[in-house]
Amino acid sequence: MTIRKMLMASVAVACAAMPVSALADTSGKKIALSNNYAGNSWRQAMLTSWNKVTGEAVKAGVVAAADAFTTAENQATEQAAQIQNMILQGYDAIVLNAASPTALNGAVKEACDAGITVVSFDGIVTEPCAWRIAVNFKEMGRSQVEYLSKKLPQGGNLLEIRGLAGVFVDDEISAGIHEGVKQFSQFKIVGSVHGDWAQDVAQKAVAGILPSLPEIAGVVTQGGDGYGAAQAIAAAKRPMPVIVMGNREDELKWWKEQKEANGYETMSVSIAPGVSTLAFWVAQQILEGKEVKKDLVVPFLRIDQDNLEQNLANTQAGGVANVEYTQEDAIKVIEAAK
Amino acid sequence: MRPAFSADAMRLAIPALSLTVLLAAVFWLQPRAMSYVGLNLLFNLAVPIALATIAQMLIIAVNDLDLSMGTFVSFVACVTATFLRDAPLLGTLILAGAVLVYAVLGVVIHLRDLPSIVVSLGMSFVWGGLAVLLLPAPGGQAPDWARALMTTKPPLAPIAIVASIVIALGAHLLVMRSSLGVLIRGVGGNERSVERAGWSVLAARAAAYGLAGFFAVLAGIALVGLTTSADANIALRYTLLSIAGVILGGGEFIGGRVSPVGAVIGALTLTLAGSFLSFLRISPDWQIGAQGVILIIVLALRLFLNRVEKREKGQ
Repeated sequence: MTIRKMLMASVAVACAAMPVSALADTSGKKIALSNNYAGNSWRQAMLTSWNKVTGEAVKAGVVAAADAFTTAENQATEQAAQIQNMILQGYDAIVLNAASPTALNGAVKEACDAGITVVSFDGIVTEPCAWRIAVNFKEMGRSQVEYLSKKLPQGGNLLEIRGLAGVFVDDEISAGIHEGVKQFSQFKIVGSVHGDWAQDVAQKAVAGILPSLPEIAGVVTQGGDGYGAAQAIAAAKRPMPVIVMGNREDELKWWKEQKEANGYETMSVSIAPGVSTLAFWVAQQILEGKEVKKDLVVPFLRIDQDNLEQNLANTQAGGVANVEYTQEDAIKVIEAAK
Repeated sequence: MRPAFSADAMRLAIPALSLTVLLAAVFWLQPRAMSYVGLNLLFNLAVPIALATIAQMLIIAVNDLDLSMGTFVSFVACVTATFLRDAPLLGTLILAGAVLVYAVLGVVIHLRDLPSIVVSLGMSFVWGGLAVLLLPAPGGQAPDWARALMTTKPPLAPIAIVASIVIALGAHLLVMRSSLGVLIRGVGGNERSVERAGWSVLAARAAAYGLAGFFAVLAGIALVGLTTSADANIALRYTLLSIAGVILGGGEFIGGRVSPVGAVIGALTLTLAGSFLSFLRISPDWQIGAQGVILIIVLALRLFLNRVEKREKGQ
């Protein structure tokens, strides 16, 4: 005990004596990714980005290891066991996309108590000792209406396509859209359908509601549903409204075709799967000893008229537009939160 | 020739052996696990699984099967993280009511001669629905005493090991040593002769279901004590894990042949198998398959030994 106390005291003295600017070296640190699910294109892109960026970081000697683990079944108890295994394996930081915001708190607390840095992103955890890189879904919804207000200053009727009923993300984006409509009162939502973030579902739902709607000026969406909406509206031979897209490859392709044919203008917004790499760099910064706020916000990946072609070229067929983040991006996000 | 071991001991030998082999492999792969903290991290999530396995074992003992175990434990977890913390009296009443519902299910299944698989599958939707009603979004908070219980640090062995031993001993006394346990196993073994001997099969089945509900409630409370908060889908895996645990621990689907100590060991083995595969760095795509392979190896081993045993008896 006394030896431990003495050690601790000497560490404390060393810490106090060190100048603030000198940061710890992370080349010996090991980071693990705990992922709950890999069964869709977004998650696959997320894992590919992780492997690419962290592979380079390991090669460059920034960190010693950055291993990715995915649970076989999307279950909180299984992921809790996975995190406990990571503690035993001696990782210095765990980057986490969680199956449940609350059911992993016990395991996360164990990790924190073992001195491990836990950074959750996308699927975040509520345990106070962990860092959170959250998506501001409300702002994602609101920004769509803001864009439309600049594009169509005279306002008009909007059709809202929602996601999967009962899911938190759907409620948040929709709340943001309604907030935006309140802010820009020249707009009015005349219809709302659930597109389940899938083009075929959205197409059927929009085709079903169209006959009952007056002329619509814009369609506000949640991603994965813009192309289906466009197909339904084209089939009904109605004038094409401004459809906000969600960075899917089919949506961007359709937009580009329309842009070339008749100068169609819109914008597209979603979260890049490469956010896993942002979480990686944030974890690295924390290990380096940077003071980082517990709650950070993911920047959106927004595609506009002028950078459409470039983004489409970088997007895989059937995939989602992606960006991989760098250490500088992470530092910028950390600074912005201060 | 008199067999060196009793049949019960044989029944226990294989699960115990598999657990030892797996544990040795894990220690070899990850020496850090060979410590007080390490053992607790390896096994603490096995405690609720062990309790759920005992619950499933009681149902299997009367030749039935419970497919609602996972959703029921999830429901209990939701009650524990909400009512049991904020209004302990009401929470206790709800949980007592849930145990009573389990006993009533046993009565209904017996009186109407219904297949337990169908009834419990139906009930799984009821429990799942109630859990979502209680906690539409994940949340709630564990009662302080549950959290304290699951994170105590007893001397000598970590709480995960102590709890497993206590559960195994308690269930052993209840199922193997008490008259009620004999009756329950008798119903699974030969319902008719139990009836002719003047016992009420109805009461035995109701007792088995009620006890199963009680152990499942303990499983839910232990789980929330570990996770600190609940989620309506928190324990869906427990249905299959509990059945696998019973079989892995030497139980059989029919005939009232169960082993409480084996069931706890089975639950520990299943948990350890997951960690073992994860330490081996097997890709997640293969992990479910690999877990299946471990199960099949253990069961094949048992079948083989059963055959040897039979042949010796025949001679």
